[in-house]
Amino acid sequence: MTGERASPQAEGRSARLISWAPLAWLLLFFALPFVIVLKISFSRQRDGQPPYEPVLDPSGGLSNLIDEARKFSLESYSSLLSDSLYLESYLSSILIAGAATILALLIAYPVAYAMARAPRRWQPLLVILAIAPFWTSFLIRIYAWTMILKDEGLLNHALMSVGIIAAPIQIYATHWAVLIGIVYSYLPFMILPIYNALEKQDRTLIEAALDLGATRLRAFFCVTLPLSLRGVIAGCLLVFIPAVGEFVIPDLLGSSDTLMIGRTLWDEFASARNWPGAAALAVVMLVLLVIPIGYYQRMQSAGDRP
Amino acid sequence: MNRRIGAHHIAALVAGFAFLYVPIALLILYSFNASRLVTVWGGFSTRWYGELLQNEQLLSSVWISLRVALLSGAFSAILGTCAAYALVRAGRFRGRTIFSALLYSPMIMPEVIVGLALLLFFVAIGLERGFWTVVIAHTTVGMCFATVVIHARLAEFDRSLEEAAMDLGATPATTFRTVTLPICAPAIVAAFLLAFTISLDDFVLASFTAGTGSTTLPMRIYSQVRLGVSPQINAISTLMIAAVAVMLCVAYFAIGRKGRAPAA
Repeated sequence: MTGERASPQAEGRSARLISWAPLAWLLLFFALPFVIVLKISFSRQRDGQPPYEPVLDPSGGLSNLIDEARKFSLESYSSLLSDSLYLESYLSSILIAGAATILALLIAYPVAYAMARAPRRWQPLLVILAIAPFWTSFLIRIYAWTMILKDEGLLNHALMSVGIIAAPIQIYATHWAVLIGIVYSYLPFMILPIYNALEKQDRTLIEAALDLGATRLRAFFCVTLPLSLRGVIAGCLLVFIPAVGEFVIPDLLGSSDTLMIGRTLWDEFASARNWPGAAALAVVMLVLLVIPIGYYQRMQSAGDRP
Repeated sequence: MNRRIGAHHIAALVAGFAFLYVPIALLILYSFNASRLVTVWGGFSTRWYGELLQNEQLLSSVWISLRVALLSGAFSAILGTCAAYALVRAGRFRGRTIFSALLYSPMIMPEVIVGLALLLFFVAIGLERGFWTVVIAHTTVGMCFATVVIHARLAEFDRSLEEAAMDLGATPATTFRTVTLPICAPAIVAAFLLAFTISLDDFVLASFTAGTGSTTLPMRIYSQVRLGVSPQINAISTLMIAAVAVMLCVAYFAIGRKGRAPAA
């Protein structure tokens, strides 16, 4: 019955055929929208609906193309440079995201290490425990922290009733609260890749290093840490990239002067109704993130080669 | 190998997991507080749950969110299955790099960018924002997570089972239906659940793409949280956590059982 049996080529063909559905979806609802963002970032703001002057309107045909090209405006980009609000937003987003990434790494590494060194039969449960918070609502977890951190919240109440502090310390509506919120929300993304890298390690390598006279500390820094670097980098990217564009956390836990680009973009879009400005902010944010995102993708697709 | 866990390892685990779980535990605890104030324990009460049932706005948002999550979860599972199948079985094809770049980007890209892009797209093509635009937005992100889950299962798939079926005379279509699909079913269910939860949880994409009359539950919660701490939010949060926990347990046992008898 070999006649009916599908050859690898035929299977490859049908698999490629099937790929059209998800590919078409992503091209239509992911790639094309970015082309439109780019287009609108070059248009001028106006009053009306939609609140921007269309550029490169294809309805006028080819003859109109030169006229259309003249409507191109760099106004939104030049205002990004001239208004210090935007530059400060970018800078403080990167700083806050970077600090949160380092903090998350410092907390996650010992946890991931302990998970990987725990008895085998504990490990599935520990992994589930590390993933489970990801399944509960992000918004709810941030809300839990507003309950804890507010001036009249649980933390201040507890500290005051024990007598450690006399008056409430202000954490809520500061950069610290935003930092705690980001670290808390993204911690599972840091723990899991590091755990995966550590768990795969051949433990005889450590034993070899110890046999050769290395101290435990030296064995850790010369063997364990370098071998887990892939997980560390993946974890850092998974925390840093989304944290740069974070909007909910600075909005709920930060003060009005916690500038983060995601929030500035939202204000530009919703309050100022400056759609070209918001589009330009998004384009610049993407340009800043394209290197880390590209790097992460290369790491990922290196793992799924056929 | 002798695996004794050291005291400092236990300390790291306890501290790490306490950090992750204490806020959630406090949230649940205070949903049963009779007092409106967080700092005062007024005794055990289910008063806030009762009030939830009278909050019609909230209930209608729950209904909208559930419908969006069901639809986008189902679309994500279907598209994710196709995408994972293509990635594992199509070999090297033109556009593969772009395809996998497109699949990994929505997962990691800041949500505000994806949300803004979709909104501007919907406005540009003249599609009025509402229920379906939220479903599209959630499917776009959900299908990528679904792909990753199904991809993992397909990649470790024992191809000899398919070959055996075809040697016994099954057509490729029959083989797919009777061998490939049943083996991948647990992963497809897991992918659906993941996309479902992501949709149920999403605030940013929904607030860019929802129109009037399609306010989802997270959007409703968000506007209440901005007004301050309220025990009603604790109550709805607790219900959501309980729902997800039950769902995960059911899925865990369902998948575990099927996984043990794959070729049945």
